[in-house]
Amino acid sequence: MSSSSGYISSTPALEPNPTAGPVLEVEDLHVEFRTRNGVVNAVNGISYSVDQGETLAILGESGSGKSVSAQAIMGILDSPPAVITGGGINFQGRDILKMDEEEQRQIRGPGIAMIFQDALSALNPVYSVGFQIGEMFRAHRGTSRKEAKQHAIELMDRVRIPAAARRVNDYPHQFSGGMRQRVMIAMALALDPRILIADEPTTALDVTVQAQVMDLLKDLQRDTGMGLILITHDLGVVNEVADRVAVMYAGRIVETGTVDDVFTRPAMPYTVGLMNSIPQVEAKGGRLKPIIGQPPNLARIPSGCPFHPRCPMARTGAAAAPDRDCVADLPPLRVVTVGREAACHYSEELLNG
Amino acid sequence: MTDQQEQSLDPAQIETDVRTGLGVPSAEVTEGRQNSLWSDAWGQLRRNPLFWIGAFLGVFFVLMAIFPSWFARGADPRSCSLTESKQPPSSAHWMGFDQQGCDYLANVVYGARTSLTIGLLSVIGVLLLGVIIGAVAGYYGGIADSLLARLTDIFFALPLILGALILLRVGPSTGLPILSDRGAGAVAIALSAFGWMTAMRLVRSQVIAVKSQDYVAAARAMGASNFRILTRHILPNAVAPVLVYSTITVGVLIAAEATLTYLGVGLQRPAISWGLQIENGQSLLRTAPHLVLFPSIILSLTVMAFIMLGDALRDALDPRQRS
Repeated sequence: MSSSSGYISSTPALEPNPTAGPVLEVEDLHVEFRTRNGVVNAVNGISYSVDQGETLAILGESGSGKSVSAQAIMGILDSPPAVITGGGINFQGRDILKMDEEEQRQIRGPGIAMIFQDALSALNPVYSVGFQIGEMFRAHRGTSRKEAKQHAIELMDRVRIPAAARRVNDYPHQFSGGMRQRVMIAMALALDPRILIADEPTTALDVTVQAQVMDLLKDLQRDTGMGLILITHDLGVVNEVADRVAVMYAGRIVETGTVDDVFTRPAMPYTVGLMNSIPQVEAKGGRLKPIIGQPPNLARIPSGCPFHPRCPMARTGAAAAPDRDCVADLPPLRVVTVGREAACHYSEELLNG
Repeated sequence: MTDQQEQSLDPAQIETDVRTGLGVPSAEVTEGRQNSLWSDAWGQLRRNPLFWIGAFLGVFFVLMAIFPSWFARGADPRSCSLTESKQPPSSAHWMGFDQQGCDYLANVVYGARTSLTIGLLSVIGVLLLGVIIGAVAGYYGGIADSLLARLTDIFFALPLILGALILLRVGPSTGLPILSDRGAGAVAIALSAFGWMTAMRLVRSQVIAVKSQDYVAAARAMGASNFRILTRHILPNAVAPVLVYSTITVGVLIAAEATLTYLGVGLQRPAISWGLQIENGQSLLRTAPHLVLFPSIILSLTVMAFIMLGDALRDALDPRQRS
């Protein structure tokens, strides 16, 4: 793949990262949904950061709050019912949540962009794909229609849509699933964002196309140096492309670390369960090992460690160490070894076998 | 990836670890174009006799409105001679003469322009009000929606003809520019002012449905402004049912104009209008029934043309309603 030639220069409005720190920092973010049936605590104080060129995978089962946290960053939460009740989202050192709406809007696109799970429903059926990709240039930079279309063709080439010049006037329904996701990626990349959030980008695709799309994302990231937040529940995808991984459970991050560390030596029983649940070729014919039980209802998160009702290691009462009762004491996310954090009272036991 | 696929890959690619080999998947290019909503709708329309009848009548009356002299058979609606008063239809004068001895065919033909003008003007008014109010209510929701929805309910409580009648009755005393001169503009304003509610409800419900689509969230995530999202992404997807509704409404509003004129609050002489012709003819119904008959038939045909077109369009655009 060619390097970044023919690549569109970044917006003057966004100066290159002024601070040397991470491009995006989420600090103690809380999101709740106020519904008629009570308050649903979707995100309960998550913190993470993404550096330039880094891939952070956010891993978790359905309803663990991973998509909601991404939507909070993008400002596309449906509110009401969703309310951001606390925390901060620092993009290049400035808190997005404290900006006014117009400033936030200007960051979306050139600063942070997002690709969605279902590309067909995320593309407007009444416009050609070229028009939609070009809209980024027209809306954010006031480019003329003709130039915008030219840029759109370049971008479609870059995401390896064959015969881009011929297909630029086609409509979303005329593309296959993989090609649609590429259109979506082209749109997100149009303004050369610093951070790309990919919300389950491959879930709606079949396996061979999944690999193509992930390879494409990886190549594009190498060329542009953007930070990538990959939201997924696909452990295979995480293993392949991510640098670091954050495991979410019940709206909290329960473990972070490099992919190798977390995958080979999990420090939290939930992560252990996740790893055990991967079907093994060697265990063909044997039973799969699921995590027993259901994910918690976010309107009624269990006391103490939210994972304790499903945890094979949970200790309570006399069996527990002081202040480390899994039913009563919420384990904080703490450093367990170098570069590793986990929210479990007994991580050390898990790590040391 | 199967072994066979693995073997068929370019060794250079394997070396550089670009294993997916997705440079030129030419099979992805669909050759035959798939049908979009509108081309599908056209295919459906073409096979609908209702559409062809409606379209033929519609084009016929629109031509009549634009070029009345083509249809008047050389007669001038304003050159009258009392000696011909109330003459019945003959081979030379297909619709006979009215009380003043004017050629009635010419009069009816020249009436098409007023009727269609008012029909189109008031539909434009209805759409402007309906789309703007409906889009704002549907998109912003909350208090704006509640207020606008209640406003719509209030207007719904007033029947179209009654509301327009009152407005036109008090119009001349208000001194407002168009409303006070009792012309086509005044009638169109009165009809739009009391006819926009259904359009508003349609647009509102469509906007609410489209608002929750992923592509709207995507547009917002890409930094599109509210105005752009509403005008570029939501409204074009909400337009189909509104189009159907407005086609039918043209017919309904033409009939309403005739009603208002018949009641004496619409157009006034010397304007030429089907409503006025029916009103003048009714007192002579026994001696010269053709004076009521011909404008009524033409009026009905015009209204029918638009309603048929609208029905055909709805069948074509909404597959669920197809029998």
